[in-house]
Amino acid sequence: MMDFKYILLMRHELLLVLVAVIILIFDFLTDREKKNRLIPFSIYLFAGAMLVSFFPVKPGVLFGGSFQGNALTDFFKDILNLALLIVFMQSEGYLRKEENREKIAEYFVLLILTLVGMDYMVSSGDFLTFYVGLETASIPLAGLVAYDKFKSRSAEGGVKLILLSALSSGVLLFGLSLVYGATGSIYFSDIAKHITASPLIILGFIFFLSGMGFKISLVPFHLWTADVYEGAPMSITAYLSVVSKGAAVFILTIILYKVFKNITGLWETALYALAILTMTVGNLFAIRQNNIKRFLAFSSIAQAGFILVGIMGTGSLGMTSIVYFILIYVFTNLGAFGVASAIFNASGVETISGYNGLYKTNPRLSLIMMLSLFSLAGIPPVAGFFGKFFMFTSAGSKGYFILILIGVLNATISLYYYLMVVKAMFINKNDHPVPYFRSPNFLRFSLLLCSIALVFIGFAGGIFEYIMSVSHVLF
Amino acid sequence: MINYSYTILIPLIPLVIFVFTGLLGMKWKPLVSGIIGTVGVGISFFLSLFTAYEYFFATATGSAYHTIIPVNMLWLSFTHTLQIHMGVLLDPISVMMIVVVTTISFMAHLYSIGYMKGERGFQRYYSFLSLFTFSMLGVVLATNIFQIYIFWELVGASSFLLIGFYYDKPSAVAAAKKAFIVTRFADLGFLIGILILSYYTGTFDFSKLLQPGTHLFAGLAGVSFLGLSGITWAMALIFMGAAGKSAMFPLHIWLPDAMEGPTPVSALIHAATMVVAGVFLVARLFPIYHFQAPDVLIFIGYVGGFTSLIAAIIAMTQFDIKRVLAYSTLSQIGYMMVALGVSGYGGEAGLGYMASMFHLFTHAMFKALLFLGAGSIIHTIHSNFMKDMGGLRKYMPITHFTFLAACLAISGIPPFAGFFSKDEILAAAFESNKLLFYVEYITAGLTSFYIFRLYFNIFWGKDPEYKHKPHEAPLNMTIPLIFLGLGSTFGGFVPFHKLVTSDMKPFTTVTHWGIMLPSVGIGLLGLAVAWVLYKKENDLPDKISKKLGILYTSTYHKFYIDEIYLFVTKKIIFNYIARPIAWFDHNIVDGFMIGVGTVTVKISYKIKKFQSGELQQYAFVFVAGVIMLALFILYSLGYH
Repeated sequence: MMDFKYILLMRHELLLVLVAVIILIFDFLTDREKKNRLIPFSIYLFAGAMLVSFFPVKPGVLFGGSFQGNALTDFFKDILNLALLIVFMQSEGYLRKEENREKIAEYFVLLILTLVGMDYMVSSGDFLTFYVGLETASIPLAGLVAYDKFKSRSAEGGVKLILLSALSSGVLLFGLSLVYGATGSIYFSDIAKHITASPLIILGFIFFLSGMGFKISLVPFHLWTADVYEGAPMSITAYLSVVSKGAAVFILTIILYKVFKNITGLWETALYALAILTMTVGNLFAIRQNNIKRFLAFSSIAQAGFILVGIMGTGSLGMTSIVYFILIYVFTNLGAFGVASAIFNASGVETISGYNGLYKTNPRLSLIMMLSLFSLAGIPPVAGFFGKFFMFTSAGSKGYFILILIGVLNATISLYYYLMVVKAMFINKNDHPVPYFRSPNFLRFSLLLCSIALVFIGFAGGIFEYIMSVSHVLF
Repeated sequence: MINYSYTILIPLIPLVIFVFTGLLGMKWKPLVSGIIGTVGVGISFFLSLFTAYEYFFATATGSAYHTIIPVNMLWLSFTHTLQIHMGVLLDPISVMMIVVVTTISFMAHLYSIGYMKGERGFQRYYSFLSLFTFSMLGVVLATNIFQIYIFWELVGASSFLLIGFYYDKPSAVAAAKKAFIVTRFADLGFLIGILILSYYTGTFDFSKLLQPGTHLFAGLAGVSFLGLSGITWAMALIFMGAAGKSAMFPLHIWLPDAMEGPTPVSALIHAATMVVAGVFLVARLFPIYHFQAPDVLIFIGYVGGFTSLIAAIIAMTQFDIKRVLAYSTLSQIGYMMVALGVSGYGGEAGLGYMASMFHLFTHAMFKALLFLGAGSIIHTIHSNFMKDMGGLRKYMPITHFTFLAACLAISGIPPFAGFFSKDEILAAAFESNKLLFYVEYITAGLTSFYIFRLYFNIFWGKDPEYKHKPHEAPLNMTIPLIFLGLGSTFGGFVPFHKLVTSDMKPFTTVTHWGIMLPSVGIGLLGLAVAWVLYKKENDLPDKISKKLGILYTSTYHKFYIDEIYLFVTKKIIFNYIARPIAWFDHNIVDGFMIGVGTVTVKISYKIKKFQSGELQQYAFVFVAGVIMLALFILYSLGYH
């Protein structure tokens, strides 16, 4: 039954594994002094794999429904691939440091393997595949957070992540087994038919949602975020806040829409409360931060709250607005992280007050940072505005106007702290600003890509239309 | 079928030039940006002519024209019903308008190379001109009302930028702000009108809205607010936007001040193209006005008539030549509005519609010419005031003859262009509304008087003491004058009744001798009076103005309308509305916000201890969160 044609459904995952293996072999064959060659090699190899995955394949299922491939999952995996490519390009300067020379291959291989896990998760058609994918994605991440293993913060972050992640996975798995006990199946489509608002299923659902809330760092399951984000290397933080979070949001949305369809009212109530909490608390914490990584960590918590508002829309409009938002969020957040890591690698500055007067010395970096922050705040005509706009539209179509109002208020508060960074760069005086520097070429290219996307995506109506058309088929 | 996709280039070329001149202009020599801009608009101009040729003549068999939409891209898709497109719509009025816009724009570009030579910000000037041209073309080619709105605002913004071009001059800055605020205020009405209209009809697209006999408006006609139906409100509010851009009374106050901008800008934006956008908008929506909101159409006619009369009266007393022309523009746009107001739909009944578009066309030619002529005079005299001029016919022969042609055209003397279009307007008004006919008839006489008062004051009379001998403008300034002079002289022979009509079908006009002869007569009368009073220096005008006393002074002060605005805004709105609101804003709203801010910061310090860095506590909060969530859900489900 399974011929080559069906295997192609899994091309993203298989190609990534292949790339990882090739990098390992290449690493084995490279002399210690020449390990730096691995960086361009891996990036080009990965980019090549990404391009090959672009080729469309007919939708279908594998392993009796455990693995699903369709235009929407393919599109989403392409977004994840692109995001990881940008992360790779932004880590060049960091990896070239002397202390990392031994570990370059690990960096690429581990990141690619987490992405494999996420891809499986995105394509999962039953809870087992989903869980395996989730864990495949989580465990290498702890290693990556502790990548600077001689820095105590990094090691601490890694330990915190693995322990808390184990806790949350336990709760999540417990929830899944309750759902399995109540419905007698692990397949999404079977479970969906048997879901009722019985106490057992409600409890199972709450455990599941809490576990996912940990991955997306929703309040009150978010406490690990700041410490881990701060401890991890800059590009890993970027990866955590964009790719890891985006994949979890995507599969959560699918499961909510498809599996827990019968209890939509119930999960909407839960999400309503979590959205308000997450947006507000994320904002409150972000206001006080001076470390740019912690700042972006809390900002990304607040953004997760906005995403929940979009999920409330349900149906293809909700799905479309989520995928569209994540697409924009990839460029937005990676733009901000890219500038931050460029500055960190060049000068070691990672505080917002250290950015004072940056515009004088590095005008282009400051402009890209400003563009990204405007996009995070949702100021038109930058892409972030359109992302938020469609999510609010999606929630509006179900009549959640009070939630939208709270969302808009929170967006206004967030504007305050985003503008504080802009003010630091453009207005605040500094006798010793970060001196002018030239970033590595990969990083420059990734920033160029992000800023072009931020300016133009909002005006390319076709993208939203395309996502709409591919998600329309599913719902 | 002819493929018209290339028409998308007509607006896109100026856009590209705007982007490049705006970004890179400062690195080029000034002249380079001028030449690039001029050549680009020149290409657009020839493309427009070609489009007009193909549209009107290559396929015409004497039957009706069709609306063609060669390009229509989806821009924003909010839902499956609410979608916004951007595209190009070709029908007789849009084809006519692109010809007008690109012609005048090309002339202004060419002319400005000489006029603006050596000015600081030459490149900035050209990038703004291209931006304006792009926006204006976007308005006239719009396929839906939302696209019009977007470009409408862009037009307003570029007009603001160009009026305030001399930004180191306080009066220019004030004028730019005034223009922006007044038109922006009017656009608020426009936007609300669009929203009402599209909310009930469920579409922005002209292809659906403009079908005669469509049932889209059934829902809107049923709604009523303050005794008027919903459709009346919507169309009246949309007209408010049109009145703002076209400077109809009482929103006209910004236009005379807008003359602070460079003179070619006045010619392009504030005489020939942007200010007729309002007329174009009413014409574009004419089927809706005619079939759904005839009351509003009548109202438009009266607003136009009143504006044309009062502006002509004010124009008689002004001494700044650009201001005379500005009031004259108001008056002529009033004519076009009157023509739309009295028009019916289809065939002979649509005479007013045709006349309005015809007058728009001819007016663009002769008014742009008057402004550019005035520009070349100001360029050599360095003054805007009549008292500094006189006897210039000897020094500036080309300017003199072209200016004279424009004066004859605006006065409606045959066979100049204005004669034909104005005659059609008077005939249309005569058929349906006698009051408006008489108003416009009298205005025709006043027009002829004020324009020849201007003409004689500039070109005849005694030479004042010139510091430098005045000289004719250079070639790149006189070529546009000559071109527009030809347009003003022969433009009237374009057979508009076969080309641009209300239902897009040609019809035959009859000559209204009974109206034509008296209207030529009153034009000649005005000319004669101006001849007697101003050809030779004498004290008769002063005596007359003294005799008229308060009547004259109040006219000279433009009927104190600006002062009334100031009184209402400064004395009443500021004191009795703005101050209390400001107090409320300062103490209550700000106080609340500061309170919120303080509380937010305090809370954020209070909850700091949650973020302790201790793993056990994180795990505890996680589990507590799960339990809280479970309790919350159970509570909301009613388990309590």
